Amino acid sequence: MLDALRGVLARDLLLALRQKSDVAVALLFFVIVASLFPLGIGAEPNLLRAIAPGVIWVAALLSSLLSLGRLFAADHADGTLEQILLGASPLGVVAAAKTLAHWLISGFPIALIAPLLALQYDLDASLYGVLALSLLLGTPVLSLIGAIGAALTLGLRGGGVLLALLVLPLYVPVLIMGAGAVEMAGAGMGGQGQLLLLGAMLVVSAVFAPWAIAAALRISSE
Amino acid sequence: MLEASGLECERGGRVLFRGLSFALGRGELLRIAGANGRGKTSLLRILCGLAAPAAGEVRWRGQEVGALREEYSRQLVYLGHAPALKDDLTALENLMFAWLLAGKGMPVPSDSLFQALRKLDVPMTLQVKKLSQGQRRRALLARLVLSEEQPLWLLDEPFAALDTEAARIVEDLVSAHVGRGGMVIYTSHQESRMAGREMRLDA
Repeated sequence: MLDALRGVLARDLLLALRQKSDVAVALLFFVIVASLFPLGIGAEPNLLRAIAPGVIWVAALLSSLLSLGRLFAADHADGTLEQILLGASPLGVVAAAKTLAHWLISGFPIALIAPLLALQYDLDASLYGVLALSLLLGTPVLSLIGAIGAALTLGLRGGGVLLALLVLPLYVPVLIMGAGAVEMAGAGMGGQGQLLLLGAMLVVSAVFAPWAIAAALRISSE
Repeated sequence: MLEASGLECERGGRVLFRGLSFALGRGELLRIAGANGRGKTSLLRILCGLAAPAAGEVRWRGQEVGALREEYSRQLVYLGHAPALKDDLTALENLMFAWLLAGKGMPVPSDSLFQALRKLDVPMTLQVKKLSQGQRRRALLARLVLSEEQPLWLLDEPFAALDTEAARIVEDLVSAHVGRGGMVIYTSHQESRMAGREMRLDA
């Protein structure tokens, strides 16, 4: 069972390595969006500092959404998904592996690079840690929830729009908690409460989402 | 071992087949024939549990396959007409991940993988996107060499895009499997030299 998990994880990471440009698009999108705001708004440190957590989190969320469409689409198109569905290990395990790979490729680099982008917003250096931590806890939740939507909209025409409509409302609590954690920490009240809630969301979604993804994949591949 | 009873399949409001029943025991070979669009692929997808029939059921050793799921999946090999290969990986890497997905575990026996690909004469270190159509089919069919343990093989158009030499290798693999007591169901337009039962869907 764990062999299949490791196999799928290794395969998806190897594929990402061979298709670097596909991976770079989502990351570049995040960097560009987060960098355009300071340029458009101008040098007003107080305003920039105030909007920084929200803007960076929204950019992360949209970037995650951008890469979701590809999560199962290629496997569906070339027939690999059928082989995955007929695999020997429980489908939920494979779904978890694919989602983990998606997060390692899209969410994890975002969390690492976010403090660098926060420089442009003159965000207090003491908040970098909270920002990165909130993204580290929050982006896997985005990947897990998004994967359910991606599995449900698999093979549909206009699936991309439907995916956004389906998934964005579910992203809202994560966005509020993630950006809120940084804002609270900035206001000197500590962001632990929000971070703990994000952690709880991560635990719950990590336990339940893979099985929801598996069920959705079975439905959309019939 | 494998029993289908009263299978019905519907596509786009049209009934493709109805009341289809058959049983397959050890060492039996079944060819499904029929014109295009008669539901050959749909039947195979129902038999392997990827799709649910509109009516009827498929049983494996007396149990419904929908309830068995992975337990049933472990017993079968299904090769569809989609390539099921990753363009950016080599044939060897594709075969290796197929091996892991089939739950055969680590460590991957690289010698057997080499042999399987060599037997079908597939370039191992080239990315699949650089292979020809026939070579891709060969890379996919190399899985059969490693699938002796799975009793049930479901093959959708295994001879499509193959030259005579590769077709003979596949025929030999199938015959050997049937000889071992395995079961093979395949669809094909071409008449084949292989002895076995035939079922026509357009009858």
